[in-house]
Amino acid sequence: MEYIIKNGNVYDPLNKIDGEKVDISIKDGKIVDSVSADAKEIDASGQIVMPGGIDPHTHIAGAKVNVGRLIRPEDSKKDTEFSKPDSGKRAGTGFSVPSTFMTGYRYAQMGYTTAMEAAMPPLLARHTHEEFHATPILDHAAFTLLGNNWFIMQYLKEGDIDKAATYASWIIKATKGYAIKIVNPGGTEAWGWGGNVHGIDDPTPYFDITGGEIIRGLAEVNEMLRLPHSIHLHCNDLGHPGNYETTLASLDLPKGIKVDPVTGSRKTSVHATHIQYHSYGGTNWRDFVSEAPTIADYVNKNDHITIDIGQVTLDETTTMTADGPMEYDIHTLNGLKWANCDIELETGSGIVPFIYSPKAPVPSVQWAIGLELFLLVDDASKVCMTTDSPNGGPFTRYPRVFSWLMSNKAREDMLENKVHKWAEKRTSLATIDREYSFYDIAQISRSSPAVVLGLSDTKGHLGVGADADIAIHNFNIDNQDPSADYGAIESSFQRSSYVFKDGKIVVQDGEVTIPNHHGRTFWVDSLYNAELEKQVVSEVENVFKQYYSVNFENYPVQDEYVLKPAPINGIKEAGK
Amino acid sequence: MEIHEDVPCPFCGTICDDIICKVEGDEVVSTQNACRIGNAKFVHAEGAERYKKPMIRKSGELVEVSMDEAVEEAAKMLVESKRPLMYGWSSVDCDAQSVGVELAEESFAVIDNTATVCHGPSLLAVHDVGYPVCTLGEVKNRADVVIYWGCNPLHAHPRHFSRHVFSRGFFRERGRSDRTVIVVDPRESDTSKLADVHVQVEFDKDYELLDAIRTALRGKKILYEQVAGVPRETIEATVELLKKAQFGILFFGMGITHSRGKNRNIDAGIRTIQDLNAHAKFTLIPMRGHYNVNGFNQVCTWETGYPFCVDFADGSAKYNPGETGSNDLLQNKETDGMFVIGADPGAHFPQKALEVMAEIPVVTIEPHRTPTTELSDVIIPPAFVGIETEGTAYRMDGIPIKMKKLVETDLLSDKEILVRILTRVRELKASK
Repeated sequence: MEYIIKNGNVYDPLNKIDGEKVDISIKDGKIVDSVSADAKEIDASGQIVMPGGIDPHTHIAGAKVNVGRLIRPEDSKKDTEFSKPDSGKRAGTGFSVPSTFMTGYRYAQMGYTTAMEAAMPPLLARHTHEEFHATPILDHAAFTLLGNNWFIMQYLKEGDIDKAATYASWIIKATKGYAIKIVNPGGTEAWGWGGNVHGIDDPTPYFDITGGEIIRGLAEVNEMLRLPHSIHLHCNDLGHPGNYETTLASLDLPKGIKVDPVTGSRKTSVHATHIQYHSYGGTNWRDFVSEAPTIADYVNKNDHITIDIGQVTLDETTTMTADGPMEYDIHTLNGLKWANCDIELETGSGIVPFIYSPKAPVPSVQWAIGLELFLLVDDASKVCMTTDSPNGGPFTRYPRVFSWLMSNKAREDMLENKVHKWAEKRTSLATIDREYSFYDIAQISRSSPAVVLGLSDTKGHLGVGADADIAIHNFNIDNQDPSADYGAIESSFQRSSYVFKDGKIVVQDGEVTIPNHHGRTFWVDSLYNAELEKQVVSEVENVFKQYYSVNFENYPVQDEYVLKPAPINGIKEAGK
Repeated sequence: MEIHEDVPCPFCGTICDDIICKVEGDEVVSTQNACRIGNAKFVHAEGAERYKKPMIRKSGELVEVSMDEAVEEAAKMLVESKRPLMYGWSSVDCDAQSVGVELAEESFAVIDNTATVCHGPSLLAVHDVGYPVCTLGEVKNRADVVIYWGCNPLHAHPRHFSRHVFSRGFFRERGRSDRTVIVVDPRESDTSKLADVHVQVEFDKDYELLDAIRTALRGKKILYEQVAGVPRETIEATVELLKKAQFGILFFGMGITHSRGKNRNIDAGIRTIQDLNAHAKFTLIPMRGHYNVNGFNQVCTWETGYPFCVDFADGSAKYNPGETGSNDLLQNKETDGMFVIGADPGAHFPQKALEVMAEIPVVTIEPHRTPTTELSDVIIPPAFVGIETEGTAYRMDGIPIKMKKLVETDLLSDKEILVRILTRVRELKASK
């Protein structure tokens, strides 16, 4: 099937197109130079056209996500989808943690076509992939958790970076994972004993390695493997007042490492995720203040870093992370129900509901800090849009966040009428009058994540050869002013008028039209050093015999768990 | 003769995956490493009558029929019933469970699994207060205090003890002797005989004992000389022991989920573990029975948002255990057609529910002659997952394991049968 999209205002930052009317031709799932006269014409007059959205950090599939659904039937009752048996559309429930089918539908309705599951424990990797099966439309991948992994900690402690790299390349393959994810390095292992680490110089029990050593080690490993994505870092001390110093120190560790990925055009050596939670000043919740300007200044002055925000949307939501000790802290703070899962030799996780009330001082400051970071980092190619869904708020709130970014009036309305006065007193938000353009929005939600993920050959732009993942939103730039009419921004991004996925119309007029389209699973297939891999795998096997509760043979994710595999080639035998 | 190694066992929620199976022709003839129950499942111990052909009850007698005819009858039952109930799902693989949820949605049915009569109260408690758990390897490597409450793993999960408690772990180099084992059980059991401390709680008084433990944990005085038949001093001493743990774990079973108080017991149990974390690292794991009972709760949750008792009557997923559970529907005479798969309600449901089952059409997907098949109008025998066909199963601690195919069979898998019924249901609905 061929299509041609005409008369739309196109925003395609990677090709420097800023609202011009450009025709987009689609054939066989790809964007092409031209199409035949038979191509179906889509008239996008008075609408904006962007590449499909890419979420570089979300929690949509896997064990902890499912526990989030399990412990919160009350969340399920807040949003319900009915099945349409004749169309293949499935039922679903859930506001902050939607069920799998609904996750695919809701993202697609907003014009998003790719989403990355940010935390996959190796031992439970099959679970993540099973949920991907049931999550329609979206292309996806999962980041393998390695920041508290016993093998990694042991090899790094011994100074054997080659073995660490070999293990990392093997485990990413074995779990069909995509990137190296680091969560509270050393802290989650300490949580195995009910403890935590503080800052980057606090050694974890027994392994006697610090968070800083793990971050630096894995950042080097990442570039030895020349992976498409940089290390994906959830710093130590998440959510603690005064943690910005830990954040700055952590971000400096991967500086100077040579970056040359096998695929894509990434030039950065660290992606700091949900940085809003890591930009806090003060010493406790009473003198809590924003240090967003300090963090933004660091990002502005350094080119080895990209960030995503983890914007707080002021909803009742569900927090979930591999940062086990942090979730226990939240539970003791808010008294709400607490789930936890420690995973042998690898990682842990925790889940707690959270009510970010706009009437409460701290959530209001968190809301403002996120927006400060968006607005104070000058170069939108360094910034990715996330709410760390569902931690800061569900991904279905992205359109609302866009409206806050594009309209100073929207923010003034919030500051004056909705949020606690601390948002004004403890942050600089009220003094910032920058407004994002649609071009900026296309950067933070399309091109920046595509580049930092190493997927910009085929994703995040509308040039010839790109996947035909396209979103059309009903907003007329000729007669609508985003700054004044911010409600229209939210509604136009909430329900796209058209969404193409792989050249097929999967959403029309805000409704899903092909509910059973299945996206691809990206994973990285690399081999650091075949001989060393044999040796490392045999060491791993020995440890399995004694200390794992499953047999080695039954550990790696079998090929049949990946329905539509899209392996990205990493290095081959680079470590020789 | 072939030898298969590292075979996961499709019997209990432990899913030991180190079984060695000897295969001759299309039979597993012997096993190594498996417990007696697991071995019996692999080698089809004598006594079990295996069905190989679909059957329909005609004038009271079961008559062999073609697969097409059996599928037709099953589909008709689902389409013609006003309030179909689809129950079981715990001894089938996750792919079959997933098709099952779709079939329930298509049939506007209620779908429910065996948790409804085992760890259902635990699920309700999890909704209330949360779910602090860990994987079984954490127990092996770290646990120095192990509590069994209302369960007897030596009989129900025979290798659980040797795999996770007796075995040497990374930080527990001496295995069993590095651990303190506490059993809370009104009875003396083979498990309690291995315990360092056996707290003999009075029958049906689990909640009271948990309450007293939490009282002591929070530094308050227990007001009675004894609670639930346990002297105050014993409770206080036990609490001190728990507080000093480096890594503690609570395993619990039917003895507490189905004694008086049910989900309220588990509420209190989970809260106790949460309270304990102020002093010591503590987690819990429910001792799940069927090898894939957890798998159904996982699949059903990711597809619908709810773990069991899901009602699709209006085309969306609704959830109200107490109204949408299998026994609620049966005992309230609300259901007029029952579909059973991967479970034996005939052996496990109360008399009052069985009386209703005897009155309504029952379609059963089941490899063996069971009390349920005696009540069934249509029986379709599937291949065994983990022996005759592959599939995924979730261990009691949530680790997904790929079950293996060891021998050939002509029988369809549960999933294939369900897909055929689903296809036929769609056709019947379209022709209406």
